[in-house]
Amino acid sequence: MNDAVDWALNIANLRGATYADARVVDSRARALTTKNGKVGHASDAESLGIGIRAIADGAWGFAASDDMRREAVEQTAAQAVAIARASARVKQHDVRLASEKPANAAWATPIEIDPFNTSIEQNLDLLLKIDSELRAVSGITLAEANMNFQREESWFGSSEGANIHQTKYSTGTGYTAYAFAGTEIQKRSYPNSFGGQWQNKGYELIDEWKLVENARRIAEETVALHKADQCPEGIYTIILDSSQLGLQIHESIGHPIELDRVLGMEANFAGTSFLTLDKLRTLRYGSDLVNAVADATPSHGPGLGTFAFDDEGVPAQCVPIITNGLFTGYLSSRETAHTIGKAKSGGMVRAENWNRLPMIRMTNVSVLPGDKPLKLEDLISSTDHGILMQTNKSWSIDDKRYNFQFGCEIGWEIKKGKRVRTLKNPSYSGITTEFWNSMDAICSRDEWTLWGTPNCGKGQPQQVMGTGHGASPARFRNIKVGTAYKGSQ
Amino acid sequence: MLTFEQSADIFDRIQRYSSADEVELLISGNRFALTRFANNAIHQNVADENQLISVRTNFGGRTARATTNKLDEDSLRRVVESSETLAKVQQPDAELLPMPSANEASSNIQGSARARTVPSRHFTETAAITPEARAEGVRKMVEVAVRHKLTTAGVFSSAESVEGIFNSTGLHDWHEQTFAEVSITMLGGNSSGWQKANSPDLRQLDPGRLAEIAAQKALDSRDPHDLGAGKYTVILEPAAVLDIVGFMFWDFSGQAILDERSFLNNRIGTPLFGTNINIWDDVSHPLQAGAPFDGEGMRRQRLPFIENGIVKQLTYARGTAEKMKKSEFAKTVGPIAATGHGFALPNEMGEMPVNIVFAPPDNPKTVDQMISETERGVLVTRLWYIREVDPYEKILTGMTRDGTFLVENGKVQRGVRNFRFNESLISMLSNVEAMSIPVRSSGEESFDMVVPAMKVRDFNFTEVTKF
Repeated sequence: MNDAVDWALNIANLRGATYADARVVDSRARALTTKNGKVGHASDAESLGIGIRAIADGAWGFAASDDMRREAVEQTAAQAVAIARASARVKQHDVRLASEKPANAAWATPIEIDPFNTSIEQNLDLLLKIDSELRAVSGITLAEANMNFQREESWFGSSEGANIHQTKYSTGTGYTAYAFAGTEIQKRSYPNSFGGQWQNKGYELIDEWKLVENARRIAEETVALHKADQCPEGIYTIILDSSQLGLQIHESIGHPIELDRVLGMEANFAGTSFLTLDKLRTLRYGSDLVNAVADATPSHGPGLGTFAFDDEGVPAQCVPIITNGLFTGYLSSRETAHTIGKAKSGGMVRAENWNRLPMIRMTNVSVLPGDKPLKLEDLISSTDHGILMQTNKSWSIDDKRYNFQFGCEIGWEIKKGKRVRTLKNPSYSGITTEFWNSMDAICSRDEWTLWGTPNCGKGQPQQVMGTGHGASPARFRNIKVGTAYKGSQ
Repeated sequence: MLTFEQSADIFDRIQRYSSADEVELLISGNRFALTRFANNAIHQNVADENQLISVRTNFGGRTARATTNKLDEDSLRRVVESSETLAKVQQPDAELLPMPSANEASSNIQGSARARTVPSRHFTETAAITPEARAEGVRKMVEVAVRHKLTTAGVFSSAESVEGIFNSTGLHDWHEQTFAEVSITMLGGNSSGWQKANSPDLRQLDPGRLAEIAAQKALDSRDPHDLGAGKYTVILEPAAVLDIVGFMFWDFSGQAILDERSFLNNRIGTPLFGTNINIWDDVSHPLQAGAPFDGEGMRRQRLPFIENGIVKQLTYARGTAEKMKKSEFAKTVGPIAATGHGFALPNEMGEMPVNIVFAPPDNPKTVDQMISETERGVLVTRLWYIREVDPYEKILTGMTRDGTFLVENGKVQRGVRNFRFNESLISMLSNVEAMSIPVRSSGEESFDMVVPAMKVRDFNFTEVTKF
């Protein structure tokens, strides 16, 4: 594959590119699902191709092809340069890249069990066992379970001399039980909703979550929601479980800190950001307890945003985003780093596959756990009156990332430190900075989970990317609750 | 890109490599280019070419799929082997149907109401557009922005694609199409405007006109006021209608009823929406796009599935139709037969309508007429980040974006800050007071449709954001 990279870089150079890089990606994916006692979906997919970026006449061009023969690769490289020259017809200034020492390296996701070497039959049996447990509970009308494995091997080279070979694995699994009765459809998911939990791990992830052992409880909670009270509307103290806090981080910290959004590059689709450049090191993003990082290094954990080098060949880094409540950092690229006075990129650029342009993406954007020991049950017992919400059901946020609304699958009212009743259809809403400034407690490391969001959409054409979000359960004061159902019935 | 003849040859080889009872091959090829601009300059400019071959094998009630973009002989052998390996380890499913024959695939559109010739959707001019031509289109849009002292961002894209299906019973079908799209946002200091259009035929697009409309919206919505949350009469432009109504069409599926995950469970055949709501699925409509066959090769029917506000029938894949006939729901869901809307198998979602066409209203009104007849309301250009809050009452939440205006005394008065809505689609489509002639429209939350602008009373805005 390195030959293809060399062919591309050579032609880009001959055609006058002042910079070029090429990525060959060979990817493989397996998806297994079950539904109501049957295999719903069993599929394998593989894809191979090369994507080439070039700067010519001070502007970018990108071309990609699935044809790996030398003539085709060279033609694609020439096309990238020609597209760059077309871009230069409508430019304001020349592209300027932050310097980067070319790396020559190889790295692979550390995994214990290669998921593609596991028995498909046994995998389907496990999903069907979960399915059986879910549907053993009277009232469950639909049970869905899934298991997904991905492997991506890439070869990156640049005209500056970088040569990087990476192999990344990710695994995802989860299930959902539905109960339809009367005029309501209720559901519960485990370990998380919308695909479950995803990490850069091998098959060992499947074993860690005790999927079968939790299925009966999840099904019983689903059915019980039909008899639960509707979540009230008003101003409340809320406690979010770590998976919901993970999505809150994704939407109201991860996206607004993307520097391409801030600079208007995403204005037509994903939107812009309230975090204009003047807010760096001046904005009180959250309370003193809020500490967030964007950390792609393996030491942060096996998140979907963990790697050794990004798709510009920049090493993985840990960048402080919020420090004791103060806004301290953006997600940047080689092209945008100079706009925030940085000499180096933060190393946060990735592409969905070989045929897509690398762009700024969240790595593992996590809120760090509290320093003092605090379990979720301790947090509940120290709460006089509030609502605990668990597992996301719906999410929405405006295009500058100010106003958000989240719904959760289940809630519990807390009175005098105890859960006193189950609540259905809990939801909350707010303004990003007001929300994070209202955080007055966060659980410690032993409650912290590095969640995976496998379906983050951004860019035109839209690219879907996996991101990581570490979170512990946390408490927020004076939050608007129940607006989702206000006036809707 | 692969031709029909090359694809047929690949299918011959795949059949030779397979020991399955039945084999199916889906072919897709795509040549795509997109020029993206922001801050009045092209900042991303891409092109790619890819083709996929996707093999499904059947072994007596067991089926699975494997896909690759590698076309060498070893890879063809491997993709067949992968599909067969995945299929063989499963337990047989007695409800899995044999693959359809060519006769069966076309028989479901016999009858005048079900079939109409699908027009050609491949246009040479669209296939031939160059990066230079797209840059020229962008330059014209940027000129509009500069003239109005605005900043612009958007895309100008083009594509040429093929889709084909072959199976071992002798069925084969093929579709070629081109596609072009322009989307533009104009940004002022504290306001914005947006427009988007696409078509298989590049000549139907007018980037300069779209840029002027978006610019005017940005200018007219400067210094937005906070109007306060509450229930308002709204005038939703077609893109806003499309993005919100698109969330219900997944439920117009026989499989969704069988799974009891549809808001139509127990509601088919009863008045659900206003009597002015009539919706078809019609792949042959001149403003529609896409292939005239489904994931198993069944020809798509023209389907009047909502008539006078009553849901009359659902879409069905072949297998779903057979399951529905034997189910407890059979007598309550209207006609049951394969309609040509199935997803490629295996697929647990079954089917859905994908060529939505709203019927023209009896007394169509333009958006300007709707405004002139509105005492107080809100004009909405576009909706954003729509998600389902309640699956059975079909309550959706989302935001307005890029051009939201107060209408008073028959005139657009000024821009207003963007709202969050929490609105039931059932309520919304029961409260439609006026509609325009439907047009082909495109948003970001749902697939493209032929939809009208709508004037809707009591639309539920629950919060206001800061801009």
